[in-house]
Amino acid sequence: MTVVRIPPTLREQVGGERQVEAEGETVRDLLHDLMSRFPALRPQLVENDDLAPFVNVYVEGEDVRTREGLDTELHEDSTVILLPAMAGGSV
Amino acid sequence: MSTYRELLSQVKDEIDEVDAVHARELIETGDPLILDVREQDEWDEGHIPGAVHIPRGNLESRIESAAADRAHSIVVYCAAGNRSAFAAKTLEELGYEDVVSLAGGFTDWKRNGFPLELATGLDAPKRARYSRHLLIPEVGEQGQLKLLDSKVLLIGAGGLGSPASLYLAAAGVGRIGIVDADVVDESNLQRQIVHSTERLGEAKVDSARQTIEALNPDVQVVAYKERLTSENVERILADDWDVIVDGADNFPTRYLINDASVWHGIPVVHGSIYRFEGQVTVFRPRAVARDGAFQDARALRARPSELTARPADGDGYGGEPGPCYRCLFPAPPPPELAPSCAEGGVLGVLPGIIGSLQANEALKLALDIGEPLVGRLLLFDALAAEFNEVAIRRDPDCPVCGEHPTITDYIDYVEFCAGTRELA
Repeated sequence: MTVVRIPPTLREQVGGERQVEAEGETVRDLLHDLMSRFPALRPQLVENDDLAPFVNVYVEGEDVRTREGLDTELHEDSTVILLPAMAGGSV
Repeated sequence: MSTYRELLSQVKDEIDEVDAVHARELIETGDPLILDVREQDEWDEGHIPGAVHIPRGNLESRIESAAADRAHSIVVYCAAGNRSAFAAKTLEELGYEDVVSLAGGFTDWKRNGFPLELATGLDAPKRARYSRHLLIPEVGEQGQLKLLDSKVLLIGAGGLGSPASLYLAAAGVGRIGIVDADVVDESNLQRQIVHSTERLGEAKVDSARQTIEALNPDVQVVAYKERLTSENVERILADDWDVIVDGADNFPTRYLINDASVWHGIPVVHGSIYRFEGQVTVFRPRAVARDGAFQDARALRARPSELTARPADGDGYGGEPGPCYRCLFPAPPPPELAPSCAEGGVLGVLPGIIGSLQANEALKLALDIGEPLVGRLLLFDALAAEFNEVAIRRDPDCPVCGEHPTITDYIDYVEFCAGTRELA
């Protein structure tokens, strides 16, 4: 199981949790597991079967796009951070 | 018991003295610390270029910050060579191994027609106001003069712009531009500390200007009572800003700021907040001309004052180009996916923390010191009281700052709550 950090803008889609556990040997499997349990996450994370351009996934503090993308491998103790664009400043 | 003359003569026997010609050779051929131990008014009337000023009364307490290495050679001088003789003796007692005193002092230096540097311009009131900056070696008088000469543009006088503008103004940033079209309303006052209850209904830029001018009259406030758009962005950026602090509350403005800053070669200190969490980073990509041809950011922005005043060890504008906002997020999310306005909200102190971190980055950029948050996104979680950091890399395929830019003109995204859509 890998711990996935849920950003405040996506917590609604996972029942308000700050982090959830998910399973998968790669980022693709992990997101698949996550989205099958929390279907509301799907449009926030993927577009045309790829990562959506307005969201980043970090494994061990590195953007998976700079590694193997969705094929980036995960380990038991990997930390995954989901990070969608966030605009708030003064509202 | 000895008289002053006897004591002076005894000290001069124990130290090494050089004349002005020899001192100049030492300075030109080596890299000694040139130490001026005279009083402030004497220093102000002129000193040896490159000298560090520590009045003799503060010598013991402040020499460490100027020269920690006891093996570093020191040329110490005063007006006529007497105070510097006593200073040299003290330095030797403190363990400095290679100290010479300039016999004949600054008077003899001047008589030889050697180069002088005149007072740099901090008057007594400014010296008092910024004394805590002057005590920091990384800032000092040169750094403070740099701040007073720097120009920072704030996008938004709201949650993030409030603390950022206050701290930048207090620090003596000479010119602060503020872009904001809103008026102060009651729901702002839970966090927007640059405004106040008595300013309800006033334009935020006017309210902020009053607070800033009351805090520090050295600061010139340039108010833009308008929303940043593709129509006005070129006009506003033409006012020659060194750093942009982005505290916008919507995606269209953030993408506009990004594209404009890439084309103008101006670094952006980015901050955003939501409920209990905030993010800060510095976007300092390489500058790209709008027709797509690369330009060197430094050449694009070079001004004579920067070229001469930049310290050799600073990272500053000469550092490796980093990513831009579009390297991080190539495009804003579609409106139907963005959280609705009603779901938002923010803990009042959060923008205080994030906006202060933005001020910190802006000051570092203006001073050209430290390690700016380039290529690093700092995440703060107020509930966990936890900082995290993720790496952001320059994207060679970035549509704006990449090798083959596809965006070469401003895009007006339509705002839809917190989400956006590109104008057809």
